[in-house]
Amino acid sequence: MTRFSALSLLKNAVSGNKNWTEQWPDSQPKDEYDVIIVGAGGHGLGAAYYLAKEHGITNVAVIDKGWLGGGNTGRNTTIIRSNYLYDESARLYDHALDLWEGLSQELNYNVMFSQRGVMMLAHNVHDVQSFKRHIHANRLNGVDNRWLTPEQAKDYCPPLNIRPDARYPVMGAALQKRAGTARHDAVAWGYARGAAARGVDIIQNCPVTAIRRGADGAVEGVETARGFIRAKKVAVSAAGHTSVLMDSAGVRMPLESYPLQALVSEPVKPIFPCVVMSNTVHAYISQSDKGELVIGSGTDQYTSYSQRGGLPLIEHTVAAICEVFPIFNRMRMLRKWGGIVDVTPDRSAILGKTPVQGLYVNCGWGTGGFKATPGAAHTLAWTVAKDEPHRINAPFTLERFTTGRLIDEAAAAAVAH
Amino acid sequence: MLLIHCPYCDETLPELEFAYAGQAHVVRAADPSSQTDEEWRDFLFIRDNVKGVHAERWQHVHGCGRFFNALRHTVSDKFLTTYKAGEPRPVLDDTERSA
Amino acid sequence: MNPYRVYGKGRIDHRAPVSFTFDGKTYEGRRGDTVASALLANGVHLMGRSFKYHRPRGPVSAGSEEPNALIGTKRGTGRYEPNTRATVQEIYPGLKTNSQNTYPSLKFDLGAVNDAAYMLFSAGFYYKTFMWPKSFWDKVYEPFIREAAGLGRSPTERDPDHYASRYHHTDVLVVGTGPAGIAAALSAARTGLRVTLVDENAEAGGTLLSEPQAVIDGAPAWDWLEAQLAELKALGVRVMTRTTAIGYYHQNMVALCEKLTDHLDAPDPDMPRERMWRVRAGQVILAQGALEKPLVFDGNDRPGVMLAGAAQTYLHRYGVLVGKRAVVATSHDSAWYASFDLHDEGCEIAAIVDTRADLRADLVEAAAARGIEMHLNHSVSGTDGRLRVKSIRINRMRDGKAAFGRRIFCDCVLMSGGWTPSLHLFSHTMGKLAWNDDLTAFLPDVKTEACQIAGAGRGLWGIEAALNDGFAMGAAAAEALGKSGATPTLGVTHDRTGTGVTQIELPTDRSPSSARAFVDYQNDVTAKDLRLAVREGMRSIEHVKRYTTNGMATDQGKMSNINGLNIAADALGKPQPQVGLTTFRPPYTPTTFGAFAGYHKGGHFEVTRKTPIDGWAEKNGAVYEPVSLWRRAWYFPQNGEDMDQAVARECRATRESLGIFDASTLGKIEVVGPDAVEFMNRMYTNPWTKLAPGRARYGLLLGDDGFIRDDGVIGRMSQDRFHVTTTTGGAARVLNMMEDYLQTEWGDLQVWLTSTTEQWATIALNGPNARKLLEPLTEGLDLSDEAFPHMSVAECTIAGLPARLFRISFTGELGFEVNVPARHGRALWETLMDAGAQYDICPYGTETMHVLRAEKGYIIVGQDTDGTVTPYDAGIGWAVGKAKPDFVGKRGLARPDLVAPGRKQLVGLLTEDHSKLEEGAQIVRDPKEAVPMTMVGHVTSSYDSVAMGRPIALALLAGGHDLMGEIVHIPMPDRIIAAKVTGTVFYDPDNTRLKL
Repeated sequence: MTRFSALSLLKNAVSGNKNWTEQWPDSQPKDEYDVIIVGAGGHGLGAAYYLAKEHGITNVAVIDKGWLGGGNTGRNTTIIRSNYLYDESARLYDHALDLWEGLSQELNYNVMFSQRGVMMLAHNVHDVQSFKRHIHANRLNGVDNRWLTPEQAKDYCPPLNIRPDARYPVMGAALQKRAGTARHDAVAWGYARGAAARGVDIIQNCPVTAIRRGADGAVEGVETARGFIRAKKVAVSAAGHTSVLMDSAGVRMPLESYPLQALVSEPVKPIFPCVVMSNTVHAYISQSDKGELVIGSGTDQYTSYSQRGGLPLIEHTVAAICEVFPIFNRMRMLRKWGGIVDVTPDRSAILGKTPVQGLYVNCGWGTGGFKATPGAAHTLAWTVAKDEPHRINAPFTLERFTTGRLIDEAAAAAVAH
Repeated sequence: MLLIHCPYCDETLPELEFAYAGQAHVVRAADPSSQTDEEWRDFLFIRDNVKGVHAERWQHVHGCGRFFNALRHTVSDKFLTTYKAGEPRPVLDDTERSA
Repeated sequence: MNPYRVYGKGRIDHRAPVSFTFDGKTYEGRRGDTVASALLANGVHLMGRSFKYHRPRGPVSAGSEEPNALIGTKRGTGRYEPNTRATVQEIYPGLKTNSQNTYPSLKFDLGAVNDAAYMLFSAGFYYKTFMWPKSFWDKVYEPFIREAAGLGRSPTERDPDHYASRYHHTDVLVVGTGPAGIAAALSAARTGLRVTLVDENAEAGGTLLSEPQAVIDGAPAWDWLEAQLAELKALGVRVMTRTTAIGYYHQNMVALCEKLTDHLDAPDPDMPRERMWRVRAGQVILAQGALEKPLVFDGNDRPGVMLAGAAQTYLHRYGVLVGKRAVVATSHDSAWYASFDLHDEGCEIAAIVDTRADLRADLVEAAAARGIEMHLNHSVSGTDGRLRVKSIRINRMRDGKAAFGRRIFCDCVLMSGGWTPSLHLFSHTMGKLAWNDDLTAFLPDVKTEACQIAGAGRGLWGIEAALNDGFAMGAAAAEALGKSGATPTLGVTHDRTGTGVTQIELPTDRSPSSARAFVDYQNDVTAKDLRLAVREGMRSIEHVKRYTTNGMATDQGKMSNINGLNIAADALGKPQPQVGLTTFRPPYTPTTFGAFAGYHKGGHFEVTRKTPIDGWAEKNGAVYEPVSLWRRAWYFPQNGEDMDQAVARECRATRESLGIFDASTLGKIEVVGPDAVEFMNRMYTNPWTKLAPGRARYGLLLGDDGFIRDDGVIGRMSQDRFHVTTTTGGAARVLNMMEDYLQTEWGDLQVWLTSTTEQWATIALNGPNARKLLEPLTEGLDLSDEAFPHMSVAECTIAGLPARLFRISFTGELGFEVNVPARHGRALWETLMDAGAQYDICPYGTETMHVLRAEKGYIIVGQDTDGTVTPYDAGIGWAVGKAKPDFVGKRGLARPDLVAPGRKQLVGLLTEDHSKLEEGAQIVRDPKEAVPMTMVGHVTSSYDSVAMGRPIALALLAGGHDLMGEIVHIPMPDRIIAAKVTGTVFYDPDNTRLKL
């Protein structure tokens, strides 16, 4: 693996860029691995990377039905923040945020983590109460989050419309300055490169059709389009397809898969300095390094694996953006696309062990899985290596749906993730 | 935008008139208090989340207000049929199943 | 005077000059010109700069697929838009346009230093650098990258225009008005079907407009076109131009964006700028044709290098010669015809360079007859010229390798790498594509929607083939809709059928690593970048695309996807289908946000619900707060009061004498039927059987998970009738939940549910003088405490109006809620205000309501509860009918964590220092603990209480019911506040004032 540096870039430029080597090989499956991770998104590749790097477990395969990074990793609006209400969520996302801050250097791959600040708009008294509850809880948890008046919010984000006669006037905002965005593809590629360099096999275009369990109930391996592959530990990290896979191991999941849409505008020069989320009007917006306005929408109302999504939702999302940022009315939509998100009843993830020996799961991130990538991957690797919950992922069990000990951020605050 | 046939109104109408209401045929026990915690969890939260033909409920919320059931393929989003609440799930032939 | 105009040619009006400006300079075009055609007529090719290297660029196409000639367009204040394609924008007098991504000017752009250092900016370079020092990314590198990228500038003013949206139902929708589309529309319409025919261009005709030489069914192409359009009109076909089919959605819904004013001289300000159509079609016929591919060679991006088909279009549609001395570089027959056309109108064709060794004899003869020099089996290895192409370098090929090159001077290069079917809309449907090796193209294969693909879109070539396929597909669509008609076959002469070969980057005798052979013009992706991506392990086209940004420009890969795929496949040594095709996403061309938003703007963004009394509140200076879709009077400031002063006055007036409150937003549901009481027993936690008609009760609604969903006072009007009230925000949700259980779980119950929220206006009267006010106005009811005690309901007449009167209180004072038919709400309010003058009646808003109820410890669902709170947590376990066999939430309440000790419970808090707590503030037991602190709860409600003479608060506190009298701590940024835990009822705990 060529180490990336200004020098290597220069040297290669001089030699016509002919000497760059492949960032990860196209591995063929072996008969057996210590650990198989199903799903080569940021979460799955990250878990493989940390298994190899921090736990010395390198006989690992990451298997994907398509190309690595081709699922939700490459389809989301890349918002990264950690100002969650509950201690459990704040710890998990803040752990991720800590890792994000050093990720480019850690991976020697520029993931372009940009701490532009994420501002969440309050449009009514209930929002104000809810956001202040978040801010107070975050402060005592050591998580960055502050309250802005409408004027301060406009200073931070000049395109914002704070006229009091707006249909949904801005009554203030919660700002996490440490939050921001990253380059989604680079996260998958950087982890893939780092994992491959440590001996992990990345096997693409190889659908896993079932998880096989032995007579004692423990995991034996996975059935794939290229035959059976043996492993005593299997971690499922296949957003959008978890239910189907887990079902094959006899584990029924509290998940539903919904279409989620996002869109970008044509690129323009810098106009939008941060990330703004408005849960009340259902719109999320930032500007990419390329200059496109990146806009996220809510989920469609029905479950689906079609990756299509309907027009009415997009119309509503664009209307919401234009309502909050009227100067964008004449901008043009360049492209919209859809992903599939797994949603749990409490909108929090399921991360860790399952009732099946040797089977682990990382799922249920709903619309907010990207920001958790390093944190979820890091703690899942720990759990897989030691076969026990990590301090941070311990609350995110399947068990909570039986006891009722939910981590219900949405119910607590009517805040979508 | 989907087009949905309301079996009560006997009309095919745009999705905007309807509200999705989750998986169909999830039966609430006659005596919930006799249910174990696991059974009650299954009723509340566990869903098939089928990739394929999914039996699901819709409400014609901006129409007759009735809840009804539908079979829809979750990969193509195509509706194969809709039927009234309380009716058994229709049996499909193979060609429909792969729609 | 346009130096490059061919007078008499084209479909523009030569007698109608139109002036516009580009970068401040005035140019003259003709009515019917686009900005691009008008500038070309003036000899201007340089129109923009590229994204990364800031290389000078001119138009490469003549249509909406244009990646280079993007400009800013402006029509007065607020009407500016960046990234407009000069090849699409029609000119009108006074149009102002500017070039983009240039500093200080289009001709001299400092950003072009990037071009000199292009080796550093190879594909994916930014993933490999800018990491040191760490802090430089946010502060130095990223702002620099952002400023360099981004093309045009965003609008900065509010858009004065408005946008319309419409539904349209049609039997057959035909997309594209070329020969295939026209024919398809004709054959479908002739069967009597309703047909809609749309095209993104200003004029219908498609290819026919660029090929006037064809003779169709004995008539010249343009005459034939005119006759067919007349027939379509006579058949009632709706023909829509300037209308782009932007997206193909589920069940044959196609979104169309129709541009209405951007081409007009002085649009009526009342006219929408664009109109979004949502078309539901029985059958869709995609006749979108094919897009010409550029050839990939060093310097293929210089201004003056353009597609041969585009040059042909500029000539025939706009009467413009794109140069005076052209070299044609091609691998497809079509460019030969283009060169003949240009030659015949006076453009010198310096040479035709074809990569193929063997050409059709008739083409060679036709070229020879015109004296055109031909170089077969030749490659192109470069062009020269700074702001405009000056020469081209060509090389004979031996065994696929380029021999030494020679230069030919020229002022334009017309290139063609062949044609690729336009599959965008088909791709939106997730339809499957099949690779066709002969055509080196994907073709539509398995359809998922009721559609037909006609003409060049499925690989057919030539007007005759497209036309007859159009007729057949129109007939097929008609047949699918149960109609049958004839499928005519027409003969076309002077048709230009042809073939070609597909090339990857052309062979060169120079170092390929220094070649700047562009694949994606706008994003500056070269063939070399694609090969580098492959070398670095990018094996799918999706990876290559994302790593290099090939196909991600504003043309969405229309120019670049197929060339990119062919080169990546070559680099991988795999057939194209194994490398994959990136999915085309809607919209087909970039589409104005405003058109998506449509009418949903400003006050129409979402409906604002107003009560019948809202007008009175507005007249009397109410300040509003939004609550779900409603606006509610928040407080009524008088004489410059601020909110605190107004609320204190309203609270005092209500407790001392009489307050009046508009409670009309409360949800109201009429529950009626022989099984109404059983339904209520199952739905709500409370027992209802023993509630007598004429009595009311506080009702609590849970979800089946055991958590509080909603609450409200419920009156029993008769044995079989309940008047249910819900929270303002919960009304629709509660009705749906009731309907859900009633219809799907309890089909055995005979109950009918009706929303009556908007049928009743509800006015609450609270205060010791409430009865005194009402009594003289009430007929048919004794209001004395004995006859009509607290928690009673009755029908009566108030102020001559039929009313449902509740004696209930959300303030702790003697209270009544009068419900009258909504249309009488305002009149009753005014009557009560007049009659109440003697008691100094005081209108109050939601804030005072909140304070008064908090003083009594009455909860607000959604503020004091949050979706994780049980009735026991909230201290209202008394409302749970434990003896009932079942109710919604009973089983959920018994789950392990819901009965575990240490749950957060609702308590009162009184600060030791009498300061007011902040709502949302967190509570700790140990104020000295370091961060992260152990939080045990939070403040849910907090107000200055006039009645108590001090601030009060409600809080959810872990184990709170067992902590009465203890001190807890609320750490604020600047200090830690100590508070004593109390019960939730601060005011009149014995309820004496309710019983007045």
